[in-house]
This record gives sequence, structure tokens and C-alpha cells, in this order.
Amino acid sequence: MSRNRRLKLQVFRVIVFLVFGAFFLVPIGAMFEFSTRGNTETAPRTLSAWLTIAQSPDLVAAILASLVLAVVTSVGMLVLLVPTMIWVRLRLPRLSRVVEFLCLLPLTIPGIVLVAGLAPEYRWLSINVSESILTLAFVYLVLVLPYTYRTLHTGLAAIDVKTLSEAARSLGAGWATVMGRIIVPNMWSALLNASLLSVAVVLGEFTIANLLNYVNLQVSIFLLGKANAAVSIAVAVASLMFAFLLLVILSFFGRPRTRVARLEEA
Amino acid sequence: MTTAVAAAGVGTATRAGVEVRLESLQRRYAGVTALDGLNLTMAPGELVALLGPSGCGKTTALRLVAGLEQADGGRVVISGEDVTGQPANKRDVGMVFQAYSLFPHMTAWQNVAFGLQMRKVDAGQRRRRAGEMLELVGLSGFADRFAHQLSGGQQQRVALARALAIQPKVLLLDEPLSALDAKVRARLRDEIRRVQLEVGITTLFVTHDQEEALAIADRVWVMHSGRIEQLGPPTTIYSRPATPFVAEFVGLTNRLAGVVRRGSVEVRGASIPLVQPDAADGPAMALVRPEAVTIASDGAAATGPLVGTVIATAFLGATSRVTVDLGDITILAQLPTSEAAAHPAGTRVRLALRPDPVLIARDEAPAERA
Repeated sequence: MSRNRRLKLQVFRVIVFLVFGAFFLVPIGAMFEFSTRGNTETAPRTLSAWLTIAQSPDLVAAILASLVLAVVTSVGMLVLLVPTMIWVRLRLPRLSRVVEFLCLLPLTIPGIVLVAGLAPEYRWLSINVSESILTLAFVYLVLVLPYTYRTLHTGLAAIDVKTLSEAARSLGAGWATVMGRIIVPNMWSALLNASLLSVAVVLGEFTIANLLNYVNLQVSIFLLGKANAAVSIAVAVASLMFAFLLLVILSFFGRPRTRVARLEEA
Repeated sequence: MTTAVAAAGVGTATRAGVEVRLESLQRRYAGVTALDGLNLTMAPGELVALLGPSGCGKTTALRLVAGLEQADGGRVVISGEDVTGQPANKRDVGMVFQAYSLFPHMTAWQNVAFGLQMRKVDAGQRRRRAGEMLELVGLSGFADRFAHQLSGGQQQRVALARALAIQPKVLLLDEPLSALDAKVRARLRDEIRRVQLEVGITTLFVTHDQEEALAIADRVWVMHSGRIEQLGPPTTIYSRPATPFVAEFVGLTNRLAGVVRRGSVEVRGASIPLVQPDAADGPAMALVRPEAVTIASDGAAATGPLVGTVIATAFLGATSRVTVDLGDITILAQLPTSEAAAHPAGTRVRLALRPDPVLIARDEAPAERA
């Protein structure tokens, strides 16, 4: 490649980077600008809307509930899906199509239909088990299946699960050890991606929580928006920043484990 | 290396080779018989090569011994104990796989130590044993490397060390050299044999490469369509094949149309004794090794059924393989290179067939081909 052509390519990359950067950052910047405006046009900038977040117990409760739901859903999804997918891949490959169909099914069902079907179950749950918002984890677990299934499927396809598990078995490992110490560490990146997707879906979910009369983060932002627009925008920016932080953490931990493992060995 | 081997030898002295018996082993897949009543007894410390074409059932047999598949019938007996119903992780069997099977997130050292950890060997002994095993396969300087930092040959050597580290009763090798290039393959083959003899472990080596099987094994077990065709020492398998399949699968064979008469077969004017002299008279294919074909004389002015033109010579080192066109068929002759050099491509030669006993095949119409 000639030097001139390389230079052009470099310029093109920078332009694309800047355009897309602006596409994402300008709205966030505008939201931040809006959330720090004073009460009048001439009033100085203020962080009062941001400070109100911590002083609003309902909002804090909604944020905490959504974070706990995100964690419970992610953990539940991993516990349910990872062993199932590994087992199907190793021992019941003829069921892989069925599992794929079941996992992708929620993608085709609109939220409102899901709620119509689940409302009686949730009525029963709230009367007989608990009224806690954390019961939403059941339906969120179903909701995240299509996204996480694909990610985990790709992670499993990237390693020779059969040979690795057979090698471990021949060395004396039981099935739990095969999964926990051989397969899972080699699909670390896929697990993190699936978890992030779960967190993103749960933190962004509005329809089901609202229709089932639970107040999660998005419902809370919606309600706040009616009373105090600046606070609702501040919370929205904060949740976007949180998602961004998760992405950074993911890219850090999702790197090849070579270096980490070598240090452990030393 | 000598010290390492001696150390490893001491470490394994408590686990000498054991007898392995496969008794009437059967395996079917969706109605298709993969193994049809296999019987084999391996003597303690013996290396048996399981040789056959793809799909003949050799890997299935190995996996049944490993416990990675369950037999539909028959028994696997290791050291007098029936292990047929035992899961793979309870069988005390070491295995090296065809595909690279090192755990990618572990170093070579961690891979070798994994099996010991599963057996709850204490950390100090684990470290010492894993180090010994890596030294045994000549990779002590690579202990901290991950699989992707090792060549294919090195990965298989680590896999061998890993399989041996647990001091298994039996070592199973499932085409461990097939993914390697020819030079590495030959070197590692010799190394596997050296290590196996040092450790004295009973070993089953699956391969489709006849040269590999003949070079490494105490006995070769030739399989075809889920059945044993022949079991014997490499020299017997090559020089006295029991069936036409073995004759053709192991080494090169010329198929020459002839007629069986009273314990001999008449082929193109030559009479050759049969391995099975009681074969019924009639047309048949004589299976003649290239080494049994010699160039009798310059055939410039000669005529006859064994006179033809040299069309190619393949240099193999001390010997050369000469392809001769007899008009209706081509025939291969393996000669000392000096002798082959006297008959370059294009020269006319008269061939002779050495009267070594040959096998005949009657499984197809007598259309000659080499």
C-alpha cells in the first residue's frame, strides 16, 4: 500500500470516528446541558437536578431495584443457560434446534402480549409469594434469552467443547469440574457479553414493569419526567454513563487471559 | 534427558503395564454396526496399533476402552477388572487425542498437573511429577507456555505428558500424529515409542497410516468394517497378509489377473505359489508386492506378457519405485536405486515375478490394474 493511500485511509478513519463520536456524544452533551440549566435563562448552571437524584428516595429505590434485578437476571441467565447449552452440545445435540427455538421465541412476542399472558401469574405471585419488584426477574429472564443465547452459542462454537471435555474426563474430572474449570474459563468473553446484554436489557426495560405496576428505573424516569424534566434527564444521562462504564469493564476483562494466567502461575 | 527418563521410570515403577482385554465388543449407531464382536488381548506393556481406513470402527473401539462411549455388548477388562460400566473419569486411562486438546487457558505445566489435581495429589508432588513428565517429553523449558504459544508437535508432546502424568493403567492414542507435518510426525512417533518403552505402559495406538503402525507397534491390528482382518507383528502383517484387504491396505500391491491351478497361480506366463495352497482352481487376482517384481533384462527386442516400457521412476532413497507399462496394465516394481537408474523412463524392459507366495482375491471381475 502506497504512503499516499495509507494517509487517505487514516484520514477517512478519523473522519468516521469523529462523525460517529459526534452522533453519540452530541445528544448526551445536550442532555447534560439541559440537566444543568438554572431555573431562568440568566440563572447560572447548577447541579441541583443531579443532586436531587440522591435526595429522592423513590428514585434511589427504583435505581437499586433495577440494579439488583440486573444482577439477579444475569446470574439466573448464566446458571440456567450455560450448563444447559453445554449439556445439549455434548450429550443431546439433536435438541439444539429445540433449545434455540425456545430461546429465540421471546423476540417474536411483543411486550404487551407477554404482559397479557403473565398478568394472572403475577397476580397470583403478589398474593401468594411476594409483591417485591424482584419477582420481575422471572419475566426478565425470559426476555434476555434471545440475546444471551446467541452470544453464548458463538462463545461455545469458538472452542472444541467435545474434545476439551473428553480430555478432562479422561484425566478424572467430573461433569461439574469439566464445566466450571474447563469450558467456562474458555468462554469468559461470551459470558461477560451475555451478562452485559442482560444488564442492558433489564436497565432499559419499561413496558413490562409499567404494565405490571412496578416502578423500576425506566418507569421512575418516566414519572419524574412529568414532574421534573431536568432530574429525569439527569437520571437518563447517568444510566447511559453506567452502561458506558460496563462496556469499558467488559472490554478490560474480555481480553485474552494469557497474561493473567501467566502471572497466577508465577 | 537420561536423568529425567530415569526419574520418570522410578515414578511409574509402581504401575507396570497391565493386561487389557476386549471381549466381543459391539457398538451400533442408528442400526449401523460400527463394531461387530471385537476380541483382543493386549499383553502388559505391549503397544498395539489399531490400523484401518476411515470409518472402520477403530476410533470407536478406542473410545469404548476410554469410556467415552458405551458398548452395546461385550466387555472391556483392564487388569482383570471389568470396567465396561464405569464412566471415563473412573477408568484410570490416559488418552491423547487427534485434535489438539490442551486446555487453552492453562500453561503446559498446568495442563500436565490437571489430572494430578483431580486425583488430589498434594501440591509439592504435583509440581515435581508435572516437571518430570515435561522433562520426559523434552519440554521442561516450555512449562510456562500456553497452547497457542506451542507448535503442533509440542502440543501433542504436552498432551502425552499430561496423559502419562496420572500414571494410568492404559495409554490410548487416537491418531495423535495426523495433524502434524511428515517430518515432525516421524520424530514424534519415535519419541512416543521411546516414552512408552521407558514407562512400560500398555498402549493402544489408533492410526490410518500403515507406515506409522508398522514402525511403532509390537503388534498391528488391522480392522475393516468393524471387524478384525488380521492381528500380528508388523513383519507378518506386511509379508504374510491374511486377507486381500490386508494385502492391499498395508503396502502397495499389484493386482494381476491369473488362473489358480493346483496351489499356484499362473500370471502372465509365470507360476507363483499361493499363501493358501488349498484355494480352488479358477480365475483370480494375484496380489503381488512391488518388491516381488524384478527387471530380468533389457527388453529392447523382446516380446511377451511381461515386457513393457518404463514410464516413471520414483526415487525413495536406497530403493526406487519403477512404473512399467505392459500395454494393457501398468505394474510397479521396487528395486535398488542403482538398478533402477539403469532403466530410465522410455526404456524397454522384461520383468520377472519372484516366486514368493502370494494371496489371491476373488471379490471382483478379473480386470487387471496396478
